Amino acid sequence: MATPENKLAFDGGWEYAAAPESTDHIKVKKRYGLFIDGNFIAPEKGRYFDTINPANEEKLSRVAMASQLDVDKAVKAARKAYAGPWSRMKPKERGKYIYRIARIMQERAREFAAIESLDGGKPIRESRDVDVPLASAHFFYYAGWADKLEYAFPGRTAKALGVAGQVIPWNFPLLMAAWKIAPALACGNTVVLKPAETTPLTAMKLAEVIADAGLPGGVVNIITGAGDTGSALVTHPDVDKVAFTGSTNVGRIIQRALAGSNKKYTLELGGKAANIIFADAAIDQAVEGIVNGIFFNQGHVCCAGSRLFVQESVADEVVQKLKDRMETLIVGDPMDKNTDIGAINSRMQLEKIESYLEIGQQEGGTMHQSSCSVPDAGYWCRPTIFTGVSQSNRVVQEEIFGPVLAIQTFRTYSEAMSKANNTPYGLSGGVWTDKGSKIFKMTQGLRAGVVWANTFNKFDPTSPFGGYKESGVGREGGLHGLDAYTKLGAKK
Amino acid sequence: MSVTAIKTTSRIPDLSTVPAVDEVGVNERVARFQSRSIKSSSKVEALKLILSMIDLTTLEGMDTPGKVRQLSQKAIHLHDAMPNLPHVAAVCVYPMMVPVAKETLKGHDINVASVATAFPSGMSSLQVKLDDTRMAVDAGANEIDMVISRGAFLAGEFAYVFDEIAAVKEACGDVHLKVILETGELGTLDRVRRASVLAMHAGADFIKTSTGKIQPAATMQVTLVMLQAIKDYYYETGRMVGMKPAGGISTAKLAVHYLVMLRETLGNAWMTPEWFRFGASSLANDVLMQLRKQSTGIYQSADYFSQD
Amino acid sequence: MSNKSQRLPIAKTYKIYIDGKFPRTESGRYFALENKKGAVIANICRGSRKDFRNAVVAARKAQTGWAKASAYLRGQIVYRIAEMLEGRKEQFVAELVLQGNTRRAAEREVDASIDRLIYYAGWADKYQQIFSSVNPVNSSHFNFSVLEPTGVVSLIAPDNSGLIGLISNIVPAIVGGNTCVVLASEQRPLCAVSFAEVLHASDVPAGVVNILTGFRSELTEQFASHMDVNAIAYCDGGKKAARTIQELAAENIKHAISRQQVDWLSDDAASPYRIRETQEVKTTWHPIGT
Repeated sequence: MATPENKLAFDGGWEYAAAPESTDHIKVKKRYGLFIDGNFIAPEKGRYFDTINPANEEKLSRVAMASQLDVDKAVKAARKAYAGPWSRMKPKERGKYIYRIARIMQERAREFAAIESLDGGKPIRESRDVDVPLASAHFFYYAGWADKLEYAFPGRTAKALGVAGQVIPWNFPLLMAAWKIAPALACGNTVVLKPAETTPLTAMKLAEVIADAGLPGGVVNIITGAGDTGSALVTHPDVDKVAFTGSTNVGRIIQRALAGSNKKYTLELGGKAANIIFADAAIDQAVEGIVNGIFFNQGHVCCAGSRLFVQESVADEVVQKLKDRMETLIVGDPMDKNTDIGAINSRMQLEKIESYLEIGQQEGGTMHQSSCSVPDAGYWCRPTIFTGVSQSNRVVQEEIFGPVLAIQTFRTYSEAMSKANNTPYGLSGGVWTDKGSKIFKMTQGLRAGVVWANTFNKFDPTSPFGGYKESGVGREGGLHGLDAYTKLGAKK
Repeated sequence: MSVTAIKTTSRIPDLSTVPAVDEVGVNERVARFQSRSIKSSSKVEALKLILSMIDLTTLEGMDTPGKVRQLSQKAIHLHDAMPNLPHVAAVCVYPMMVPVAKETLKGHDINVASVATAFPSGMSSLQVKLDDTRMAVDAGANEIDMVISRGAFLAGEFAYVFDEIAAVKEACGDVHLKVILETGELGTLDRVRRASVLAMHAGADFIKTSTGKIQPAATMQVTLVMLQAIKDYYYETGRMVGMKPAGGISTAKLAVHYLVMLRETLGNAWMTPEWFRFGASSLANDVLMQLRKQSTGIYQSADYFSQD
Repeated sequence: MSNKSQRLPIAKTYKIYIDGKFPRTESGRYFALENKKGAVIANICRGSRKDFRNAVVAARKAQTGWAKASAYLRGQIVYRIAEMLEGRKEQFVAELVLQGNTRRAAEREVDASIDRLIYYAGWADKYQQIFSSVNPVNSSHFNFSVLEPTGVVSLIAPDNSGLIGLISNIVPAIVGGNTCVVLASEQRPLCAVSFAEVLHASDVPAGVVNILTGFRSELTEQFASHMDVNAIAYCDGGKKAARTIQELAAENIKHAISRQQVDWLSDDAASPYRIRETQEVKTTWHPIGT
């Protein structure tokens, strides 16, 4: 193992010069209205709020605060479009509109990526290489289902539900919008979508794409706002289907609010995934998997691998390699192409993370952070690990939603399994071993909706995603993602 | 096959404890290195470092003294129109050509590396291989690049392969030894990892990917696996071992990716020609063209750079 | 404004399409395609057995790489073919009219052809989901069945359709990862050659689709008997030809897929089952244990 004599030197020496992403080709308006019935219009009460760049706290634009009246207007437009052009349209023609959206997103990919990073804080490398391509791919995938639903449900005829009210979070703003809108449209529904308060801009740009694609007015409506807007939307009497991605606490509130109504709903909530490394894993790739699991997107990931379980015989080696790898992670300006870990999305979220760092230390855990520098302005958190913690610690039980990893050891596979499942959450999990039979044994036993074997944080439009237990209800993506937006009747 | 009358002091390692390698994971890590954006001053620094790490190579059946002289001249005068260029690390030739290279390079701080041990196939007796090595050493080679017996390795005769490397190391004396694994013939990254461990424990000063005579030659994937093996060996023993990817690296852009990989895997201590080399021939001109482009802002033409 | 009567237009030479190139038939032979009035529209390559042989070599070479391409990529490429065809609608309408369609019918056929491409593009990353299975075997094994492309497919296009019949045979085969060699309609071959140009502009790798023109009577035996072809799908042609095909296909146990009297214009002519027809099923077992 590393000793003072044979440590590796990662600081100083040859360092990467600034590699800024150019922003001279992007267009962000000074102010955006609400996208209702095919046009951007002013909010009824005339109220707007700022959206800032969390890397430097500078204002990027202003967006509208939708009130109850605006929500009513949007739902009405969605209903009219549903009853009118959208239901009457041939399914294959609906599909063509969705293909158009995908194609235009591809054409504007670079602009989308830049705006996503400016507004939300994630590294440009990730928005460019992950968020934006996955978002357009999601539209591509579901476009193809529009005229093929008869094959998706054996023995049943699938029909649209009507108007979908959708509320999405700030961690993958454009991708979450794609995950919600694409399947809804493919199944013949119309949509009112509310992006998160701190990340409205790529949703506004998506609205522009939707208008450019010629989609009939009212089929997709995008209204910005805060908690009240979302609440008004999901409880609106003329919304047939609610889709929410966000925290378990808010999910619980929504589920309660929908009790007694006939609304269908899907909830994609929080997680505290176990990432399990066996002694016979491909160790170096497993370490990379840990990094991808918890430091990707600053750890703002519901399915993040935030609890590491490493088999005791290789624990020291894994932790040493992890620390080495953390030293090469670059925290900094999201718009620099070499940044690995960008800005924390908001002051509020940073304060929450920092309080957990305090809690973890008070609980007796040993905290280790990488030694990189961080900029002065903006919201930043270095990649952090806690050792010397156990199942009863709050930093092990509660979702931190930041680049903070809790590390425990285990001796046998059954110990790993029971500790992994010992949580109210059940969104995802990871298993690292070179032994195939053990992979299947673990994946069979883990109570989670997505299990990654020898990989982590992999997403694909064809692959269903969603949680067990308090991580939510319903699946997004793939064939199973069609369930959420259809009602099934007897075969004609 | 057996090795006679050679005493070795190093011990063959237990290869069953070498960690497995996941190919998909390796590909993803490599892709991430390739997405690093190296610009302006850091690019110039990288390009100069790459030049200083090149082993300018000619290993052809049709090599003549004239050819070797011209290549050695290129090593000394990379591009006189650009002042303050670092010199390449070494010129790499067949043992018969060592005297010619030594003569041309006299007085210059550029090493002469020689391949040996029935390069490139290694399909000969131990005696022949040791004689081949001694011939190169006696002619004045500063470095020896040997090949392992791939057939024996694939047949599981690890002790044979180990002993052979140890014997060649002994024949080298003080001359530093690079051990070529010929990764293109090993088939899997797991085997590349195990061969690396074997070679280091047997006394290699450098481990090298390829002879450059078959496809695939060096790839970022095998290089990463070898760098990770070097790291583990360093942690275990405290001894640094160098690394040389050879063959197939003909663009500056790719060489910069390799430097990123080296930097982020082993850190600063390895970022010198003492511990890392590029086995290449046409790479030098592409690096020169990139350096020129960096300083003038204009894309270059091959017409303006000597081809030797 | 140019005076049309003074300008001589450049007549197109109709070649065949093999391995991403447009050679003439190696036999040098041709046949004259005539319109209803007996005037010569164009000289069409009378493809030979050697052309077919070369095409199969190209198709086999391209097949592994094409099958390895992700389903997403294959879908994107087929979508691109639709984009290219949409852009060239007029050319295809004109060719169908030359060969005897009314303008209205030609436009309908070209529109339907574009939509058919879109339809199958959308199946590329979905057919696996509806036709695969995880099988609940009675032992501690993870057991799953997936579709895999059968390999190289030879296709005999229907005679009575200039475009949509051709496309409806090619696209389900390639969307599933197969490569193919197609014999175009003998009576309406023009669009097949132009379609090759569209494929060529659509990022379809060389060798994935190879298009021959020529006489069914001369080439059917080759299409059916070649030992390195995994499946043959043939349209119409009559009972005798069908029997010959089936007999010759038996030599290497080729899949022989008969597509008789299909109304290609109808939406019913397209389905994921057409993709399944040129797929194998592979079932894998793996233990579940520690």
